[in-house]
Amino acid sequence: MINTIWFFMIFAGIFLSFLNGSAKEVADASIKGGTAAVEITLGLVGVICIWSGIMKIAEKSGLTDIIGKALMPFIRMLFPEIPKKHPSISAIIMNMASNMLGLSNAATPFGIKAMEELQKLNANKERATDAMVTFIVLNSASVQIIPATVISIRAAAGSKNPSEIVITTIISTISAAIIGILSCKLLQKEYK
Amino acid sequence: MVNIIRQLSVYSIPFIIIFVLLFGYLKGVKLYEAFIEGAADGLKVSIKILPYLITMLFAIAIFRESGILDIITYILSPVLKIIGVPPEVLPLVLMKPMSGSGSLGITADILREYGPDSIVGRIASTMMGSSETVLYTMAVYYGAIGIKKMRHTLACALIAHIAGVIASCIICKIIFKV
Repeated sequence: MINTIWFFMIFAGIFLSFLNGSAKEVADASIKGGTAAVEITLGLVGVICIWSGIMKIAEKSGLTDIIGKALMPFIRMLFPEIPKKHPSISAIIMNMASNMLGLSNAATPFGIKAMEELQKLNANKERATDAMVTFIVLNSASVQIIPATVISIRAAAGSKNPSEIVITTIISTISAAIIGILSCKLLQKEYK
Repeated sequence: MVNIIRQLSVYSIPFIIIFVLLFGYLKGVKLYEAFIEGAADGLKVSIKILPYLITMLFAIAIFRESGILDIITYILSPVLKIIGVPPEVLPLVLMKPMSGSGSLGITADILREYGPDSIVGRIASTMMGSSETVLYTMAVYYGAIGIKKMRHTLACALIAHIAGVIASCIICKIIFKV
């Protein structure tokens, strides 16, 4: 699926640029896409390293096990295939907690850690497991308590009450998360 | 309430850091060595992500710059009107799964054009806050561990996205009584 979409985005984009005469802009943008990826990654390196360092300390001190045990029932429901006491559990929990607080810089390294731990349970290293898919879908419908960026651009646009969309955002993001998880459970048998 | 939560987000990072370090110190963990070990792992991960992100952003940049979004918006708007999604927010609906900065730009544009306190502005704000960029999340997380077969990830993430879009429209219409 990703192969088709990737191809279609490039093909349709370049084809259209021939028709509407924006070939030069599109060519420039494609190169800028690569540069942007490098900039994003460079921006992430420091943060990922710092949180990986802190997580290593939490892991060696046994803190991650304690957190994992406390939130076990919730994780069992979402990810039934992860064994008890598995190190992926605490990483998943830290990732979700950071997402809820809007700390996306902290959430990414925790999420990567979770994926690495889930990969250790995976028999086929190139194929995503059910738990991985559920985890990523949950992340893409990230439940955030305060959408700080949106509030700030609303304030900048002169809103009388910039944070009035907090409640609507929470309700809609929870709806998206629930539908997403249900669709994962329904579709996981279809996609082998 | 909102202020309390905002304060909570400000203090949570320093709190987590000091708590983890203190706990590790009391348990006799060699903090300095453990941190370096983790940081070295982090560096490996960052390098692994890069090719996946380049591949994805290359396609997104071409797609975005070509103006194809305008054509899709034109074709889809009658369909979306039926399910209660205002056509003004459609570019945001299409951009959101692809690019965070792109959709933030579109949101800012909608707020400027229709006003942040209009129903369209409120719906766009709600949508903007309620999901992450799917393609970016997939590229980073699968890239970090070398997964190539993503199975139903994209399908389910897009289903969740559409559910979020429809929910945003319904909830805004109920709460802001339009």
